[in-house]
Amino acid sequence: MLTKRIIPCLDIKNGRTVKGVNFVNLRDAGDPVELAKIYAKNGADELVFLDISATEERRKTLTKLVLDVAAQVNIPFTVGGGISSIEDVDALLKCGADKVSINSSAVKRPELINELSGKFGNQCIVVAIDAKQIDGTWKVHLVGGKVPTELDLFEWAKEVEERGAGEILFTSMDNDGTKDGFANQALAKLSSELNIPIIASGGAGNIQHFVDAFETGKADAALAASVFHFKEIEINDLKQKLRELSIPVRL
Amino acid sequence: MKIVIIDYGAGNIQSIKFAIQRLGYEAVLTSDVEEIQKADKVIFPGVGEASSAMKMLVQTGLDSLIPELKQPVLGICLGMQLMCNYCEEGDTKGLGIFDVDVMRFNHDVKVPQIGWNEISELESRLFEGINENEYMYLVHSYYAPICDATVAVSDYGLQYSNALKKDNFYGVQFHPEKSSVAGEKILQNFLTL
Repeated sequence: MLTKRIIPCLDIKNGRTVKGVNFVNLRDAGDPVELAKIYAKNGADELVFLDISATEERRKTLTKLVLDVAAQVNIPFTVGGGISSIEDVDALLKCGADKVSINSSAVKRPELINELSGKFGNQCIVVAIDAKQIDGTWKVHLVGGKVPTELDLFEWAKEVEERGAGEILFTSMDNDGTKDGFANQALAKLSSELNIPIIASGGAGNIQHFVDAFETGKADAALAASVFHFKEIEINDLKQKLRELSIPVRL
Repeated sequence: MKIVIIDYGAGNIQSIKFAIQRLGYEAVLTSDVEEIQKADKVIFPGVGEASSAMKMLVQTGLDSLIPELKQPVLGICLGMQLMCNYCEEGDTKGLGIFDVDVMRFNHDVKVPQIGWNEISELESRLFEGINENEYMYLVHSYYAPICDATVAVSDYGLQYSNALKKDNFYGVQFHPEKSSVAGEKILQNFLTL
């Protein structure tokens, strides 16, 4: 049986992890490769690296990071942040990234999704969607949720699937950072309306939130950052609990 | 031991190379016919779309070379699918090593299947030391049905072949190079066949 995935997300700036991490046994808590190796060992199913650097060197730094991760980590990983062209994706996949995630560049030029999935296959194209509710409707936002668009979350998600995305990473900006749980109603709607996997993101605070994202939100995978980085939740404990509740996980 | 990874412009080859390195071996990426013929072990990777991958094999003459190889050959993901008779994707004629047609998952399940699924009914030296129901990482929209060559079974809306074997040819739908310690063990098993 296909299992539900647990995905730690690492924010990267100039090749280093950004958000503080609390791993006592880490030689260098800012080293994404060290962190990735620990997560892989502790049962993470997949990793996401989100690059937020804005320097001219970014592609070079990022491809080097991807090479280092691919050399040392034995689980799949996705790279996102500022990816806007076939050349970007080609470079990252050649260095060993399994998937790339695009966000703003897809909103600005939706044909990019068709081009990328046509060239590299839909299995490696993740479209990340950040959305929040405005007057009761979910609107897609850009720039980490700062800039609203006119796009409706569900219409955009449908379009993204039709254009060839292999997976959707949905972050609720209303939930992100609250530690109050995932946006389960919106997740469930996405999951029932679409036929590609949905990764839930934003709002993880405790183990029950993951249970709810899978049971109520029907998510295929759940992504979180700080609860894992600060060891508020151990991935193994989380998966044990999910298994007790008959939610299929890899243990 | 000489290990080659067939290079025909298909996808995530770097990860396979790295996984082999982690096991303490070196693999050479090549499309050179003689070099492939002389290798002790041949890995036939593949990520992407079937018909365009097949076109690249035909252009380089690798389509006639691969079925003639005598040493152990391991097809991974699309590599395994191309070793079959036919792939529904792009209406593609395959290499005909495994006598089975690769079909698209129907719409009772999400497509592509992405993530970790169990493998069972393991029947090959490839799986020595691997427990029944071990998890492997998969990303695919097409599958090989159960057939005479099936040596591992998974369930995704239906039972399908997650690994195939015939003579010196092995094929796995999952990505051993991305399947944690168990995946590395399977690669190791192949390299020490």
